[in-house]
Amino acid sequence: MSKVRVLVGTRKGAFVLTSDGKRKSWEVSGPHFTGWEIYHLKGSPADPNRIYASQTSGWFGQVIQVSNDGGKTWEAPGGGVKMNPGGMPQGESNRFVYDTSPATGKPLTTHQWYDGTQHPWEFKRVWHLEPSPNDPETVYAGVEDAALFRSTDGAKTWQELSGLRGHGTGPKWQPGAGGMCLHTIVIDPGNPKRIYVAISAAGAFRTDDGGATWKPINQGLRSEYIPDPKAEIGHCVHRIAIHRSRPDTLFMQKHWDVMRSDNAGDLWREVSGNLPTDFGFVIDVHAHEPETIYVVPIKSDSEHFPLEGKLRVYRSRTGGNEWEALTKGLPQENCYVNVLRDAMSVDTCDPCGVYFGTTGGQVYASADAGDNWAPIVRDLPPVLSVEAQVLP
Amino acid sequence: MIRVAIPAHLRTLARVEGEVQLEVEGAVTIQSVLDALEARYPVLRGTIRDHETKQRRAFLRYFACQEDLSLEPPETPLPEAVVSGKEPLLIIGAIAGG
Repeated sequence: MSKVRVLVGTRKGAFVLTSDGKRKSWEVSGPHFTGWEIYHLKGSPADPNRIYASQTSGWFGQVIQVSNDGGKTWEAPGGGVKMNPGGMPQGESNRFVYDTSPATGKPLTTHQWYDGTQHPWEFKRVWHLEPSPNDPETVYAGVEDAALFRSTDGAKTWQELSGLRGHGTGPKWQPGAGGMCLHTIVIDPGNPKRIYVAISAAGAFRTDDGGATWKPINQGLRSEYIPDPKAEIGHCVHRIAIHRSRPDTLFMQKHWDVMRSDNAGDLWREVSGNLPTDFGFVIDVHAHEPETIYVVPIKSDSEHFPLEGKLRVYRSRTGGNEWEALTKGLPQENCYVNVLRDAMSVDTCDPCGVYFGTTGGQVYASADAGDNWAPIVRDLPPVLSVEAQVLP
Repeated sequence: MIRVAIPAHLRTLARVEGEVQLEVEGAVTIQSVLDALEARYPVLRGTIRDHETKQRRAFLRYFACQEDLSLEPPETPLPEAVVSGKEPLLIIGAIAGG
């Protein structure tokens, strides 16, 4: 029987939850990196025991950790103890330096600040790590202030894919409430040169040449909270999801609106349908049914908790527009948690498992595609990210 | 031997217990001590001062012999008590919630 591993990043450390394929009984390991914010951790599809983790702190900055044994032990690549004090350390994994080289085109040093003035680009943290589907040594990092980095040596060294910031709209990007972060990286399962990213609050972008050139893909989005609701740039995209069998179909949870594109983001249309509110952060796709999608509607502006204190996942089996509430096993009174953008995941078991974590520290699991839910854990620190893996 | 006391989270990161002891060649300054610290423990690069500018991170301060050295130029010689190993250089995180 296969084994399922769920990687959980929280405000105060990482946790690794494991179960067999029944997904009824779970073991909890952690906290790892106690006291640090773990924005995201994710395993390599090419080597599931290779896990990358973003460890960050307002005091001490950014560290990338790597495990080669499924999360039992960790090390910072290039960061081990060096016994020769005279030697210079090689390739420390926490070094993210924006590319300002004239050789790569257009050194970009400022973006728009909240008040409309230009503001220097300043590295703060890694929000999201996306391992390559094919190569365990290659991993992408989405960072704040928004940029995309890539490592091809197992996170020892990082290089910015500066064509994204430099393609022309960068000076118009501005931070959302959580900062100006590149939080979503989606690699086309069949074409690793096609990559989608999303930035708050700039929008969605696509490369078709492995990251050298980029273009905004925000046509069809409508955001009433910006001066021109249909602007090319300025949309607060919260999350994008894809199904591996239909890589040209994208689903998006925007600040408001659930959206869908069937042409790789060239044009979006709204599929919010009968949702009680179309605000939310997470969106994901069933592992075996490309038209079955999940969201967690959240009340906004500013409240950012479930409507009526009822925690409900909504599922559409029609690719949007027609939604049903999934409530069995979820609190239906006095629940005022949030579910953050990286905190939902699905597994590839049959039936498909669905997982999400809350700012109240619960991680909920459904082993039957959302029909029934139960908490794996109830009292973790606020959950920032959830990623499910299925192991042979 | 120069003694350096670093915050608990950095001790965990560097996998050391208690104070760190370092050999520092030439003038003993904040800069030369941090250079030696980062050379021996590369994982600490970027956690105390910026990779490129070498600016001290905002929530960290340097103290020694009851004095706040945080705003001194990094090439300022450290007190003799630090040079002789009688007193440690203290790297202290701000008490700022969390």
